[in-house]
Amino acid sequence: MSAIASSKAVTVTVNGVEYEREVEARKLLIHFVRDDLDLTGSHIGCDTGNCGACSMIVDGQLVKSCMLLAVQADGASIETVEGLAEDGELTALQQSFSDHHALQCGYCTPGMLMSATALLRTNPNPTDEQIKKALQGNICRCTGYWNIFEAVKAVGS
Amino acid sequence: MSDSTTIAPDRVEVQAPQKQWQGQSVPRKEDKRLTQGQGVFVDDIKRHGMGYIHFVRSPYAHAHITSIDVSKAEEIKGVYGTLTGEEVASLTDPFFQLATPPGAHLKDYALALGKVRYVGEAVVAVVAETRELARDASELVEVEYEPLAAVVDARNAQDDGVPVLHDDAGSNMMWESVYEWGDLDAAFAEADRIVKIKELHFHRFNSTPLECDGALVEFNRGTGQWTIHTNNQFPGFAQIMMGPALHCGLDKLRFVTQDIGGGFGNKITSHPQLVACCLLARKLNRPVQWTEWRTDFHLSMSHGNERWFQDTEVAVKNDGTLLGFRTKALDDAGAWLRYEPLGGVIWAQVTPGVYKWRNIRLEFTQVATNKAPCSPNRGYSRMQHLWFTERVIDIVAHELELDPVEVRKRNYIKTEDMPYETPNGCIYDSGDYSRMLDIALELIGWKDAAARKKEAASRGKLLGIGIGSTLDSGTNNFGQSRMINPELQFSGNNEVATVKLDVFGEIVVTLGTTPQGQGHETTAAQVVADILGCSMDDVYVRAGHDSYWNSHAGFSGTYASQFAVTGLSAVKGATDMLAEQIKRLGSVILGGVPVDALELADGTVRIKDNPEAALPFMACGAIINANNAGLPEDLDVTLNCRYVYRPPFEVPDVEKKFGNLTLTYAAQIHAAVVEIDPETGHYEIVDYAAVDDCGIRIHPQIVEGQVMGATAQALGAVVHEAFEYDEDGNLLTPNFYDYHVPHALDMPPLQTGYIESPSPFTPLGTKGMGEGGGAGIHSVCAAVQDAMRGHGDAIVYDSWNPYKRVWEMLQHPEKTRALVEVVDA
Ligand code: FES
Ligand code: FES
Repeated sequence: MSAIASSKAVTVTVNGVEYEREVEARKLLIHFVRDDLDLTGSHIGCDTGNCGACSMIVDGQLVKSCMLLAVQADGASIETVEGLAEDGELTALQQSFSDHHALQCGYCTPGMLMSATALLRTNPNPTDEQIKKALQGNICRCTGYWNIFEAVKAVGS
Repeated sequence: MSDSTTIAPDRVEVQAPQKQWQGQSVPRKEDKRLTQGQGVFVDDIKRHGMGYIHFVRSPYAHAHITSIDVSKAEEIKGVYGTLTGEEVASLTDPFFQLATPPGAHLKDYALALGKVRYVGEAVVAVVAETRELARDASELVEVEYEPLAAVVDARNAQDDGVPVLHDDAGSNMMWESVYEWGDLDAAFAEADRIVKIKELHFHRFNSTPLECDGALVEFNRGTGQWTIHTNNQFPGFAQIMMGPALHCGLDKLRFVTQDIGGGFGNKITSHPQLVACCLLARKLNRPVQWTEWRTDFHLSMSHGNERWFQDTEVAVKNDGTLLGFRTKALDDAGAWLRYEPLGGVIWAQVTPGVYKWRNIRLEFTQVATNKAPCSPNRGYSRMQHLWFTERVIDIVAHELELDPVEVRKRNYIKTEDMPYETPNGCIYDSGDYSRMLDIALELIGWKDAAARKKEAASRGKLLGIGIGSTLDSGTNNFGQSRMINPELQFSGNNEVATVKLDVFGEIVVTLGTTPQGQGHETTAAQVVADILGCSMDDVYVRAGHDSYWNSHAGFSGTYASQFAVTGLSAVKGATDMLAEQIKRLGSVILGGVPVDALELADGTVRIKDNPEAALPFMACGAIINANNAGLPEDLDVTLNCRYVYRPPFEVPDVEKKFGNLTLTYAAQIHAAVVEIDPETGHYEIVDYAAVDDCGIRIHPQIVEGQVMGATAQALGAVVHEAFEYDEDGNLLTPNFYDYHVPHALDMPPLQTGYIESPSPFTPLGTKGMGEGGGAGIHSVCAAVQDAMRGHGDAIVYDSWNPYKRVWEMLQHPEKTRALVEVVDA
């Protein structure tokens, strides 16, 4: 068992802050960020990479952080939902989510926001189809997506 | 006809205070934290030195446990300890059973004892320093099994030679009862035709909230008290289950929650896991936390009731007038009765659906199978029954070549007959189903149905239109549990709120509810602000739930469509008390002005005729809490008011199975247009309308959000989602890979509509509405059947209609036609 528990030093920058931690080799990035760095905004909704609740932007790339080991993120620059608002000032997208009632329980919301943020960065004026495709990897069980779509669309256009 | 009559609750005078906030879609108070990732969900909570729990689960559907060896796991450094079923049995009593015998004899513990009864049943718990280690160490627990044959089809569960799950019960039959109201013989004698439907099947699925279950549990050795941070959505029920099992008073079980990532009923029955957590926190003398994995949730948590409707007979006139029906409902409870057999009576809240038929017989039988235990799921038990009544309507209409719209309108309970007493004594408070149907039909363009069918046909598609008419009965009378077991001492319902004015004038509200996205902080603040004449921003509603807040009652929680009635009525009651106290204080301070001459406005109490003479709330709070010398001795004002709302219920007549089972009846009428590709069975929902009536809407946007969410879940359920088992009892859909929930691309265009029929029985005219009655399932089933008219005339006989099944129905319509027969009476 001692082989299983082997660990490694990992350095990551999350929302502009650098962290260095000793990490169990088999720990998932999402667990590392939530448990070790105490950034609990990103969530876990599945074991299979289907739900997107754990979505983060890693080195500019949208990823499902349950699909990476923490050690794979060594040296990476990571953005999570906690990094969106500045000084409590919501981004246009966050505000739009609230305005359009695009969240109920709010459990999927951090992942949705990261997916939509990644979309709007690369494609500030997405078509309806592009919005839906961009959200396809994020499951929401409360809203039925209609209001989430509207919230993203309102910011996109 | 039953000769008793339920006494309708007294009509409540709906007060119309200045409604500045209620009725407005104000920004939700919850959103600021939730959009920034600052919510606190159960897995976010940490404690120094806490251990992580991992459950070792059964790989077999049915097996004897011959040995368990935890020694290898316990030897690992960083493993804090384990728990086995035998230990549990030595430390706790089995959970008390709601059923009469034979179900009453089940011995249900937190962990399997001697036998496993479904794949995924928890057998051993392992606690370690990290999640990863707990999981790895679990692999070292050695459990030997002696497999047994599995029972997976409820229809065979009572056959000779079939293995029995619970020897204590003697057979797989758990609970049964016959419900009969009216005069069936007369109805069938009066009928022109009898429509016989051999078998209909409502499938197994649940709402799969995105956050799975979990808990962080601490034990206080000095006081013997557990603090249970959990996302259980019905702490009142969990306490009642857990206290006797753990041999402790209920106050020793402190339930705390902040944010919950969806519940939908699926988070009511986590009490077995919570007991395991409690035992481990005590045994290991450290905080322990458990977060359920998605696969574990699918394997073991709260499947929705699977139900068969067999040998149905419907008495009908040639013009489509429905006189009554007989059916046998066979309910598959899974391996344990965790909330069951309450589903055996809950359906009766909506016995006739939205229709006028008065003669109904339903034989209900619930059996155990080697599948995950069933527990409430959005629309709990009523959805199954309403799907059945809607299926009957469409099958009758099609077989008699009548228009399903006409048949519905002919048989709908009329608005002028409200409040309407159903054959079993439930009182439908208000509504106008025909008007709602008109709105829904207008929204989807029903007028042009014929032309649209033709146009679709020209593209090689089969177009069908279907209606789903449902009820969302809310605010339970728990007295209905006595129809399950007359010995049970439950009846009525309650909910609590407290409202206080603090030293600096802060208005603080605490709720007994456990919201999971319904925006309780917001709607409660709307009600409070209107009564106190202040801004919503001045009202602080504490997030979440804590049973130590003294805003907790026996039925506290958020379930079964009741917050807008029980929760907000409690808030209104407490705020009315506070308003009255503020005025009495104001009367003293403002020099003895009569209370009647005062009003609350702009965050002050002031003299109506002289608004300048005003005392700010801040001063009121300061005087009572911190500066009270010299106040008159008889001034009984605390500015801290607690109100328990108790809906007006009588205990139902258990013999006649008669009484008012819920206080309000919200309605939903949905209409769906589908287009089927006959080559493949693939279909698309091309138009969809959802019309809702939940009485007075406090926050229209939240109401619409609930309608949308319920619709999406229903559409997922009818097309994609199913907990499918193979013949050995293996779950084939244990994760979101295999269990396909809708994604953004799956959603059809949706139009919503509403009417508001205020409930005459609730203080705010509101009705509970969060569950939606599965109208999406009913309407899509109806639309698929409609599309197949003239193309084999298959009957939609199952609530789950993946493309493959539609293709089969088109290929072999005769197989489904064999399920239906029309005979002249
Ligand atoms: S938790 Fe990462 S995709 Fe579901
Ligand atoms: S808001 Fe609850 S899962 Fe999306």
